[in-house]
Amino acid sequence: MTDDGASAFALVDKIINRYGGERGTLIQILLDVQKENRWLSGESLEHIAERLHVPLPRVYEIATFYKAFSLTERGRHLVTVCLGTACHVRGAPTLLDRISRKLGVKSGGTSSDGRFTLLTVNCMGCCALGPVIAIDESYFSNPSNSDFDRILGQYK
Amino acid sequence: MNKLASAQDLENLRQRVAEGNKAGVTLSLCCGTGCGANGSKKVFDALSAELAKRGLRNVTVKRTGCHGFCERGPILIVFPSEICYLSVTPERIPEIVSKTVENGLVVEDLVWRDGGKLFARHSEIPFYAHQKRRLLANNTVLDPTDINDYIGCGGYAALARALFSLTPQQVIEEIRKAGLRGRGGGGFPTATKWEATRSAADPVKYVVVNGDEGDPGAYMDRSLLEGNPHSVLEGLLIGAYAVGAAQGYFYIRQEYPLALENARRAIAQAEEKGLLGDNILGSPFSFRVGIHQGAGAFVSGESSALLSAIEGHVGEPRLKYVRMSESGLRGKPTTLNNVETWANVPLIVAKGADWFSSAGTAASTGTKIFSLVGKVRNTGLVEVPMGATLRQIVFDIGGGMQNGKTFKAVQTGGPSGGCIPAQHLDAKVDFDTLAGLGSMMGSGGMIVMDDDSCMVDVARYFVDFLKEESCGKCLPCREGISEMSSILNRIVKGQGKPDDLDFLEDIAVLLSEASLCGLGSSAANPVMSTLRYFRKEYEEHIFQKRCSALACKSLIAFHIAAAKCTGCGLCRKQCPVCAIGGVAKSAHRIDQALCIKCGVCLEVCPSKFGAVTKMSPASSLANLQKQ
Ligand SMILES: Cc1cc2nc3c(=O)[nH]c(=O)nc-3n(C[C@H](O)[C@H](O)[C@H](O)COP(=O)(O)O)c2cc1C
Ligand code: SF4
Ligand code: FES
Ligand code: FES
Repeated sequence: MTDDGASAFALVDKIINRYGGERGTLIQILLDVQKENRWLSGESLEHIAERLHVPLPRVYEIATFYKAFSLTERGRHLVTVCLGTACHVRGAPTLLDRISRKLGVKSGGTSSDGRFTLLTVNCMGCCALGPVIAIDESYFSNPSNSDFDRILGQYK
Repeated sequence: MNKLASAQDLENLRQRVAEGNKAGVTLSLCCGTGCGANGSKKVFDALSAELAKRGLRNVTVKRTGCHGFCERGPILIVFPSEICYLSVTPERIPEIVSKTVENGLVVEDLVWRDGGKLFARHSEIPFYAHQKRRLLANNTVLDPTDINDYIGCGGYAALARALFSLTPQQVIEEIRKAGLRGRGGGGFPTATKWEATRSAADPVKYVVVNGDEGDPGAYMDRSLLEGNPHSVLEGLLIGAYAVGAAQGYFYIRQEYPLALENARRAIAQAEEKGLLGDNILGSPFSFRVGIHQGAGAFVSGESSALLSAIEGHVGEPRLKYVRMSESGLRGKPTTLNNVETWANVPLIVAKGADWFSSAGTAASTGTKIFSLVGKVRNTGLVEVPMGATLRQIVFDIGGGMQNGKTFKAVQTGGPSGGCIPAQHLDAKVDFDTLAGLGSMMGSGGMIVMDDDSCMVDVARYFVDFLKEESCGKCLPCREGISEMSSILNRIVKGQGKPDDLDFLEDIAVLLSEASLCGLGSSAANPVMSTLRYFRKEYEEHIFQKRCSALACKSLIAFHIAAAKCTGCGLCRKQCPVCAIGGVAKSAHRIDQALCIKCGVCLEVCPSKFGAVTKMSPASSLANLQKQ
């Protein structure tokens, strides 16, 4: 195994150890790994299944059920557009179209330079500011086209 | 940190903190998620720098959770004068410090104004003045990262009262007398649930906080967990004592990082203080709490699904032959309540059932927090007595509609709720009245809509949401919602058929009768309520291919009036698909075959020209062009 692979599992192992290796914590472990790596690779899922003594299909069942998990590699930053009701009535679909055209990808896609993955969610709890988008964990209220260009420029 | 070993220790600490708080000026800056998005971090840095520069040592800056008026954030309140500044920017901080902090004067252009009148004090602002803030009261004064602050406001005194002056049975009696009903959607009597768990035979029991808050457009629970996490934890402790649980869990959605962080810290601090762990406050009661993050699935907020998720399984609903109070988490008796339900508990135990039920109606007691959002002027979190009318909420607190538009409907109850039209604006907002109107209280989302919202599209929106979120276990839910979705999507595209509406009604009956969980059984509510009040809109879509709200893309067209267009070229440059043709200074024209109906041309056309119009049905354009 390459150094890269070994260090990727080192991170996964650290997370598993934090939860004491208990089977019931599977979802929490997957969430933490997802947060650190931004996606769940097949190898990391196999490793987790082995360490927790959980059948691999069960790990996949969970990883595919919840929206928080991605089984494909994601860009370096996540651009999330809220399509929740409050944002919807204030023009979120139009905002999504605009952003999607800017990034040149549809929802779920990753820009060709690998910088951004475009996602949608059903509410991020900033409903009073709708329509809202987030880049990683920073929120922005109804950015205009030029706001959005300026904001994107801050992410490498 | 010394552990508190008795109720007296707690009281001594409260007095020490309260005395420390009396001195000097306190600046309370909202750092909730909403204000954070509006830049409160930079305001905080500017404020700290300015105070240091001026050597103002007796001024305390508190970073609080959500004040409720998120749209006007960042919000800064100066205590004790209570002067409240809205939309504060770092550049304005020197002026605020010199005028208000040092000289007690008001910076007039940063306070609320309406019709030429200034409302400088927080409690005078109409948005706040018409509320009854009990649960949210401390959100403007508490630093949620400091347990001492909560204790200084009398926090954990209710727990001490329960542990040392009341038996578990008496706690349950008090909750029953208060008439507390669950805030998570169903309105189920809390005391009944607790009693059932208490009397279950198994000695190992659990209590759980439902902080999944899956309803889109609602964020009450987020703000409580962020701004006053100890109030939820104290409620949970009291509930655990009442039902006889030694272990509890917070289930919080991962989309709320700050809520997770503040809840985690609250638990850690309570452990350090001896408010969690063995022999709490020196009593025989011991209790521990863990946190589980939700991983993003609406159906996981349902009680049995949520318990599955805590056990590490896929969060799908289970058959409820056995009640949760007998066999819940890991097969043990379990009480699950919503965040806001738990937060009410310390208030009831501290102030009494009679105080609690002095607000609200006979069958719906206390106050309720709503997330007032959408096309209303003042958006944010509002707390009102149960039984307040929709009109009071939308017009007195919300200040009426944005941009002088007309109120059309308010959507309550999230994806299981419905749309309530203008003729029912005077209806009381309580569990039973809303249900009678074909909607429901739900967890407290209130999405206000004006004439620009198409009711068919709103129904389609919720059905598509539920189609995505159904776990697919029950055939009627899976197939029924899917069928509804394809019908509604056809209708908004102008391909509706005459018998579609009857068909929708048939599916609704099937869904309500044959689904395992509430997602399926209430999935037709958004459709049925809009059909009940806005049937004409459905018929227009089907028979005239017309969307009177001008919202459904397939049924509208954009048109440039040649007589008004000066050929300035703004729209031509902005159109993302180059569908607009024309040369400078002569009228432009939209190529309908290319137009994607994004509406940019309408947005950018200067209002003095007003040359672009939107119309429906799209065929009306042809008549116009013939002329
Ligand atoms: C599909 C579905 C989703 C739900 N989501 C939530 C939720 O996000 N938060 C919540 O408190 N209750 C939710 N509920 C209601 C819970 O099942 C449960 O009734 C509630 O948490 C009980 O607490 P209460 O008695 O304090 O209201 C949901 C129910 C269904 C059917
Ligand atoms: S009603 Fe729908 S969401 Fe609920 S259990 Fe059945 S299939 Fe799943
Ligand atoms: S609906 Fe978009 S943040 Fe809540
Ligand atoms: S987050 Fe500041 S008022 Fe809501």
